[in-house]
Amino acid sequence: MTESQKTYHSEEVKTDKQVILEINDLHKSFGDNHVLNGFNMKLFKGESLVIMGKSGSGKSVMIKCMVGLMTPDKGRVNIMGKSILDLGQAELDQLRADIGFLFQGSALYDSMTVRENLEFPLRRHMDRFDSDLNTEELVIEALENVGLADTVDLMPSELSGGMQRRVALARTLILRPKIILYDEPTSGLDPITAKEIIILMQNIQEKYGTSSIIITHDVDCARVVGDRMILLIDGINYKAGHFKELSLSEDPKIKAFFKQ
Amino acid sequence: MNSFSFKLKTFFLEIGELSLFAGRFFKELFKRPFEYSEFLRQCYLVGNKSIVLVGLTGFIIGLVLTLQTRPTLAEFGAVSWMPSMVGISIVREIGPMITALVCAGKIGSGIGAELGSMRVTEQIDAMEVSGTNPFKFLVVTRILAVTMMLPILIIFGDAIALYGSYIIENLKGNVSFQLFFNQVFDALEFGDILPATIKSFFFGFAIGLVGCFKGYFCKKGTAGVGKAANSAVVYTSILLFILDFIAVFVADIFYEL
Repeated sequence: MTESQKTYHSEEVKTDKQVILEINDLHKSFGDNHVLNGFNMKLFKGESLVIMGKSGSGKSVMIKCMVGLMTPDKGRVNIMGKSILDLGQAELDQLRADIGFLFQGSALYDSMTVRENLEFPLRRHMDRFDSDLNTEELVIEALENVGLADTVDLMPSELSGGMQRRVALARTLILRPKIILYDEPTSGLDPITAKEIIILMQNIQEKYGTSSIIITHDVDCARVVGDRMILLIDGINYKAGHFKELSLSEDPKIKAFFKQ
Repeated sequence: MNSFSFKLKTFFLEIGELSLFAGRFFKELFKRPFEYSEFLRQCYLVGNKSIVLVGLTGFIIGLVLTLQTRPTLAEFGAVSWMPSMVGISIVREIGPMITALVCAGKIGSGIGAELGSMRVTEQIDAMEVSGTNPFKFLVVTRILAVTMMLPILIIFGDAIALYGSYIIENLKGNVSFQLFFNQVFDALEFGDILPATIKSFFFGFAIGLVGCFKGYFCKKGTAGVGKAANSAVVYTSILLFILDFIAVFVADIFYEL
């Protein structure tokens, strides 16, 4: 690691907002391939944080370490004051209900209808809601949020790629999470559909006041939805800042992102 | 030699992982809440999807076994032993084994491919991050469904195989339905039926376990799904023969077959 990288690495954000998610010194390797080499970050309450990096830079590995889908080799992940590496399965499941995760490929359950897809997370977490609310109301509300209430009885295979992504977003929203993790939310979509997804993400942020982490290499998406950005290069948080600030940087590694 | 020792090490590692997977199944099996509706859905799928194939295979086995054996018995003037011989061989060995092998191909590969596909498309991860237990929902229900349904399929396959045998006997020897089945049931003893029934539960467990194990830990990519389905059938078939040998060995101790 160079001196300049070390400087960026230890960069701190000064704010009075409450830290809702914090990652310290995260390391993850696959054999000789060191994907994360001491990644650090903080997510503040109500903030939309964009993490940008090249393909294979470890963005997806990092986001999976956040929710316990992968175990880091070293480092800590604290979410709402709880260290996820120290939690038992039951506690982790409860915490996961507060975190929505939108997968890159939507990951809809293809043997279930849209309704069943949305009902699935409610099976274990209906106790989060008032007793006067029923499953049907929650499903319809979540689908209305993404403008697809009429697809409730369709199978995922009957939906277009963009519609699948929106249904997946509705499923992410159904437990009314405090944090939403978006893994490449616009990848594989045409520019118009990608824009629709970006608008939906903004609407959700405004309506529910959730904190979000958006993993992307789509500069437009980063510009529109991100309050703050982190560039993930060589397995570390190479540079953090606002979109405008980073886009004007003279650093060749940073410039390469904004050339597109 | 290095390659051989590496393969041997991989084999034993996989046996260890499979044992841990089986251990996790028993641990999750008794944890509440149980996924009743998914279990019943899997029972329906396992039974409904395999019944025609099991019936057809059983029928052909009954026909072929009788056609092949009849001339030999006729040479010794022992054709009247035909129903007894066919009955015992089908109920004790051929019925359970053939049905289990057919189901390993049909059900085991299906489970391996389905779970493998769910793994590579991150559907299992999506279940996990939504705070539900995918192992309980996907694995426990499937293993239990196959364990419960296979004995029923075996009984059905045995019945159809015996009916196939009766048709040949009726055509070649003019044996009546009542006489044929009276002889079959006269020849069968408790020691023939009980071990066959018990081993059929183990066969079902093996098919479900290996299919789920291969699919649940499928490697990334479409090639991974194909490999999961393929290796589920290969491993299950080998395991079925090993289990059959153990079952016959144990039955021999208790019933002196």
